[in-house]
Amino acid sequence: MFKIKLKLCSCLILVFMAGCTQAPKPSNKILLWHWMTDRNDTFLKLAQQYQKETGIQVTVELFAPSDSYSQKIIAAAQASVLPDIYGILDKKTIASDFIQAGFVADLTGDMQANGEAWENSLFDKALADKRFDTNNTYGVKAGIYGVPIDVSNEQMIYNKKLLSKAGIKTPPLTFDEFIKDAQALRRVGVTPFVSGWGELWLLDCFASNYAFNIMGEEKVFDTFRGKVKYTDPDWIKVLNVFVELRDKGVLIDGIVTKGNKYSEQDFALERAAFAFNGSWCVNVYHDMNPDLDYGVIPPPPISTAYPLKIWGSAGSTFVVNAASPNKDKAIAFLKWLTAAQQQAVLARETNNLPSNKEALSTISPILGEFAKGMDQSTHPNMWPLNEDPSVSEVFDRGIQAIIIGEKTPEQVAQEVQIIKDRQMAKGN
Amino acid sequence: MNTKSKISGLLKDNIENFLFVLPAFAIFCVFYIYPFTNMIYISFQDWIGIGPMHFVGLQNYKELMGDKLWWDSIWHAGYITLFALCFQNPLAFALALACDREIRLKRFYRVVFFIAPVLSEVVVGLIWNWILNPETQNGQHIGLLNHFLYASGFPQLVHDWLGDPKTALTTIAIVNSWKGFGWGFIILLAGLQTIDKQLYEAAKIDGAGAWKTFTNVTIPMMLPVILVVMILTILGCMQVFVLILTLVNEGLVNHTDVPVTRIFSAMQNTNRFGYACAEAVVFGIILVSISFLTKKLSDKAKQA
Repeated sequence: MFKIKLKLCSCLILVFMAGCTQAPKPSNKILLWHWMTDRNDTFLKLAQQYQKETGIQVTVELFAPSDSYSQKIIAAAQASVLPDIYGILDKKTIASDFIQAGFVADLTGDMQANGEAWENSLFDKALADKRFDTNNTYGVKAGIYGVPIDVSNEQMIYNKKLLSKAGIKTPPLTFDEFIKDAQALRRVGVTPFVSGWGELWLLDCFASNYAFNIMGEEKVFDTFRGKVKYTDPDWIKVLNVFVELRDKGVLIDGIVTKGNKYSEQDFALERAAFAFNGSWCVNVYHDMNPDLDYGVIPPPPISTAYPLKIWGSAGSTFVVNAASPNKDKAIAFLKWLTAAQQQAVLARETNNLPSNKEALSTISPILGEFAKGMDQSTHPNMWPLNEDPSVSEVFDRGIQAIIIGEKTPEQVAQEVQIIKDRQMAKGN
Repeated sequence: MNTKSKISGLLKDNIENFLFVLPAFAIFCVFYIYPFTNMIYISFQDWIGIGPMHFVGLQNYKELMGDKLWWDSIWHAGYITLFALCFQNPLAFALALACDREIRLKRFYRVVFFIAPVLSEVVVGLIWNWILNPETQNGQHIGLLNHFLYASGFPQLVHDWLGDPKTALTTIAIVNSWKGFGWGFIILLAGLQTIDKQLYEAAKIDGAGAWKTFTNVTIPMMLPVILVVMILTILGCMQVFVLILTLVNEGLVNHTDVPVTRIFSAMQNTNRFGYACAEAVVFGIILVSISFLTKKLSDKAKQA
């Protein structure tokens, strides 16, 4: 009896161990992991269509929210159990580590086949998200490592009804006009501006728009390089933008702890006249208030010295697992997904800007307004270098401190510079 | 019989038992021991979560010791915990005492008091976000609390409760206590019901009043349960995270940071996994120390 039990236990352990070490084999199934709750239904629908057309089954699995998704991807990479197709939501530094660790396939050959047909069909700025040029600072072999399935940019959105209530006929073209409009809105009891600045990235995005406008790209990058200090008068000017927004009563109460979902709700329910948000908001506002009448403008520039650049690039980018036995099938599926026909379906059903230029003709007028901004867009993923995240965090939290009246721009600038110096010393 | 044959005899006799324990032990090792030891290992590395690690020795710990924001976050969590120990637990005990007596609607109260703890922290955060909303629309306060204060003739008390550094942490502590007191209530009520009623009758015969009975019978008999509730409160409150995330997102500057949000931020915002693990190790040591200290103090109180 004892021997039988012993054998039984040994068999169970062997089966368990065999299950752990089974190597993946090529098959007609592709596994895709994503984080986009609003696009899940359309992905499932398109996956079914693809199976009908090709016989290849695409299993779409959703893991939301995006923070959890990022952690899941890192954990899956550490355990070498990444799916065939997935997304890397982290900064370009992390994406470069994924590439160097052999987790991401180089798609340059496929993109440039047939006279660069695939590459040319997509927005160049969207491709930049996962494109690495020769001699890039990340040390990655030059190439294209991702497929953008849509593009997005962050701009100012205004409620036409609320503006006309305050007697404003046209949206502001300069920062001064914006402040005047905000004061006019306050006079008629309308909150001028809302944004989800409880999420630091959105605050960072707004601040960097004005940093580019006030001092130009090169000076911003020189600051990242450590050649210009954050105590420079131009950076003080950038921080003073928030002092002015605070002092002139532009901002909604509680803006520094507000999540973007709440800010979207506020704008959709007409609690604020202006919002700073990404192009995905078209879908969100449509769901919350289909009758909302609004338009899109870039954030009004404060200076004429340099152009104001908005953040815009690939909205969502998929990469292919380089170690997948179904790599070629995964690439073929992404090629199909980014073809004009499928992109038109995605744009229509999810109200996102398509990554395929040919599908632009099918988008709604409001998305068209967002699309215009792509020409003046930039993105941290396109920059030659990024600021150290520890410095960015102190900078963004410093802006929050300015908004709640706790610190002055000069104090914040000094604090940021201390962290910058510390990080620079570490790097050396 | 020599030692070697004794051990082999013992193994032979118990090998069947060991084999049955093995799967559970393996799972424990894989999901508890390995991550724990790995966390300690990573805390000595400079690592962004992917790619090669770089050994930095005690550098992360050294930096952590001088990190004011980290120690502030410990104080913030300590404040939330202290608030819970001073207000949440006494309230839970008082209500448990009330529900332990023969009062009308006893069962109803038990259910009502237990609603908050069974709600998800995200739901509690959403509800309180609405209650504490500082905004106005067409001159009307959107948040229930400010609306109530305004309508009751106290417009001067209308406030951005979560957006003001002076009130944000206390507001979070109140919401946390509102969410957590039901657990203490249920455990303390269960403890009260195990006290032998004859002890109360004997105290009554001896002429003890309500207060004497409470201090000489109820409290000594409840001491082990109170200790459990205290330790659970300390561990739960020190690790508060989701509630903060749903109430103030990434935080009101650094005024609402707690250790878990700092650990999360080190991983998510700055990709410093080694530093985050060092924070987690130090935080773990602090929690274990507090638990031991609480137990020691309670043992002394029992002896007294």
